[in-house]
Amino acid sequence: MSPSPDTIAVAAILIMVVAAYALFGGADFGGGIWDLLAGGPVRGEAARELIDEAITPVWEANHVWLVFILVLLWTAFPPAFAAIMTALFVPLSLSLLGIVLRGVGFAFRHTAERLRMQQLTGALFAAASLITPFFMGTVVGAVATGQVPVHPRGNVLSAWTSPTSILTGFLFVAACAYVSAVFLVPEARQRGHENLTRYFSLRATAAGVITGALAGGTFAELSASAPHVFAGLTGIALPLVAISIAAGIAVLVMLWLHWHHAVWLRATAALAVVTVVGGWGLAQYPYLFPTSMSLAAGSAPKASLVGEFVVAGLALLLVAPGFALLYFLQQQRMLTAADTDAGLRLAAHLEPPTPAQPTAGLAPAGIRVTTALVLALLTIRAIRDVFSPSRPRP
Amino acid sequence: MGTVVHVLAVNPVPARSQMGSSLGFHIILACFGIAFAAVTMAAEWIGIRRGDAAALLLARRWSKVMAVLVAVGAVSGTVLSYEMGLLWPGMMGRFGAAIGFPFSMEGIFFFLEAIFVGVYLYGWERLPPWAHWWSGMPIVVAGVLGAMSVIAANSWMNSPAGYTLSHGKITSVDPVSVFFNASTPYETTHMVLAAYMVTGFLVAGVYAVGLLRGRRDRYHRLGFAVPFTIAGIAAPLQVLMGDVIARFIAHNQPVKFAAMEYVTRTSRDVPEWLGGIFINGHVYFGASIPAFDSILVGFSPHTRVIGWDSVPPAQRPPLVTLIHLSFDLMVGIGFVLLALAAWQGWWWWFHRRLLMTPWFLVPCALSGVAAVAAMEAGWIVTEVGRQPWIVYRVLLVSNAVTPASGVPVTLGVILVLYAILTVVSIGVPMFMSRRWRQGAPAEEEAEQVPYGPAQARAEVSAAGPPAVPRSPDGGPEAR
Repeated sequence: MSPSPDTIAVAAILIMVVAAYALFGGADFGGGIWDLLAGGPVRGEAARELIDEAITPVWEANHVWLVFILVLLWTAFPPAFAAIMTALFVPLSLSLLGIVLRGVGFAFRHTAERLRMQQLTGALFAAASLITPFFMGTVVGAVATGQVPVHPRGNVLSAWTSPTSILTGFLFVAACAYVSAVFLVPEARQRGHENLTRYFSLRATAAGVITGALAGGTFAELSASAPHVFAGLTGIALPLVAISIAAGIAVLVMLWLHWHHAVWLRATAALAVVTVVGGWGLAQYPYLFPTSMSLAAGSAPKASLVGEFVVAGLALLLVAPGFALLYFLQQQRMLTAADTDAGLRLAAHLEPPTPAQPTAGLAPAGIRVTTALVLALLTIRAIRDVFSPSRPRP
Repeated sequence: MGTVVHVLAVNPVPARSQMGSSLGFHIILACFGIAFAAVTMAAEWIGIRRGDAAALLLARRWSKVMAVLVAVGAVSGTVLSYEMGLLWPGMMGRFGAAIGFPFSMEGIFFFLEAIFVGVYLYGWERLPPWAHWWSGMPIVVAGVLGAMSVIAANSWMNSPAGYTLSHGKITSVDPVSVFFNASTPYETTHMVLAAYMVTGFLVAGVYAVGLLRGRRDRYHRLGFAVPFTIAGIAAPLQVLMGDVIARFIAHNQPVKFAAMEYVTRTSRDVPEWLGGIFINGHVYFGASIPAFDSILVGFSPHTRVIGWDSVPPAQRPPLVTLIHLSFDLMVGIGFVLLALAAWQGWWWWFHRRLLMTPWFLVPCALSGVAAVAAMEAGWIVTEVGRQPWIVYRVLLVSNAVTPASGVPVTLGVILVLYAILTVVSIGVPMFMSRRWRQGAPAEEEAEQVPYGPAQARAEVSAAGPPAVPRSPDGGPEAR
């Protein structure tokens, strides 16, 4: 049974919303990651301030895309939503934990007065930016590999702890860092920070290379773990994959040539992300869960889908101009983030640059990232042990 | 062993507790999301229109508090969206197609709200005054409409409509009937009014404390009067609305109503119980007014009121004492708040002044907490009163709950996190206000406009004395 045109159209809307969240939400998470890696209060001060200025007025609006993904999924594809939420209870809860911690960190860091407190809330904000994309990546990996049962009877740990899922998690983290760094390059340039322009240009390049490598690794894994999606990516979705690779390389070339045109640079990076998300969606066709639940079997009645069209139309009519205004004002620097880490910067200038900062500045970034990854893997192992069912699943 | 595991796996109590605590927490912040922008804009309007420095300072500070509360509210709202699926996949899988439409509408309004919150909160410095004021208007409208959409989804759980089931699967949906189900007009109005009362009384309460401590400058008087007026207008409407809704519930969800009013048996001349604990068929420590419940339901002592004996025990809500006392608490607080508003209204009518007696200000200082308590009690009534159904008379809670293990763990984590979030949401504004007072104690009495949109500042300083030195409160101007 092939899906009806309404179903395909709503699925396309869903993929577009996912792409938007990957882009805008991803850039915000990436900002948190660069905040984490920026080093001690003195060394990381300028970078943190730029990240904060760029994210503060827009993060909440960017966050709404996620709510839209959830709502679209449960309205248009209720059985798939129920199955994902049941089988992937653990990674979804952990990604939610990240979102909550991020909110706490965000709400608090602008008002925390003492340096120590600011470092704590800043670290919370930054660490949460790592957790959320990683676990969302494992969720996407689990769906793409078709490991989510149609009628799960509880948590399915094997679904999101497969090598493909874990790799996808890392890919998400890297992609967020990449998008964010690319977006921050023109941001720094517009403010006339030559140092920061170079700083983020370098990081964008590094993150781009890592993202490319992880994407390649995930792609190779998919050939064995998700034959349907692999066939789609090398078949019907191949043009999109090719565009994504080309756009990714183009961004690296632009950065290499110091051609930091705000619109072109961002648009090309955005293209690289959007086409990958689109390619994934296309490669899954005609399945919600390859190959156990088809779009047709999992879709809601026609009127619900039509309702979602109306909502999408209204969103286009109302939300798009709003966003245009918000980003325009932000780019015109009409929106000033009040109470930027004034205390942090004050302290950074007053205090001598001691290496004895407790939260950061002890180890080089590479070692810290490696430690974080090892810790993440150990955490997953521990969670597996805790949550594994006491009896074999029937 | 197998059966025991099965029974444990579908025990809905942890999931219900998690949903209840998440909702109970979020709803307070949601009130600020709905109504705080209106309160702030009222002050800003006075500020720009009359060149009132104190009003502009208030609006500006309130919007800083709003930034914190809205951030936490966005997060706790996301938690709820996740929990719809994480805790109740049995409902979302079956009825997501129906209940999804109001949530989708809410998504649009949430978007608009988030976008214009970004513009309003961070546009103080560089937008022209009236442009800035108007940038807040979409927040007010989207706040009300968004709340209505979410509450429409909750109403649908009380009055499911607009769908066809065959073999347990939804085969067709009418989104308009889903959205405008029988309960929607009552619940949405009730909640929007509640949001304005909670926000108004809470904010007014803060300044009532200031007035009690002797800070009686224009800044504190306005800080009290603006939110108190808004909440005071909502209070009588809310009491009227509550009366209408109670009668609606008596007809639409008679078993819930029976639990609210201790109606054990379907009969006439039903007494109205005030307070009281229900144990083994008897009401202890309660005061009863003969036949008054019948009069309230049908304006006549002979009105027949349906009792909970109309359904088998398995379909009756648990914890009737909790439901009844919550209902009484909500109604009682509603009347007290109405009386406070009426008292000040009377005084203003004849004296054009604010009441400054502690007999008035002390209850006002507590009015915000009372309004929150009333709202939470109301949610307990509607949510516990619907048990054991998640979708009234269609789906049982125990059939909707997730089979995934680990809910007790997430419940524990949520409780800890929400304790932290509560500290943040109360602590940060308190901390801000302390810093504001320390930073520039004289600022609140100053006639100039140290804050406010640039043009208004220019107009005022052209008319009045030159601007005072900027405050070191970490505001954008200070840098």
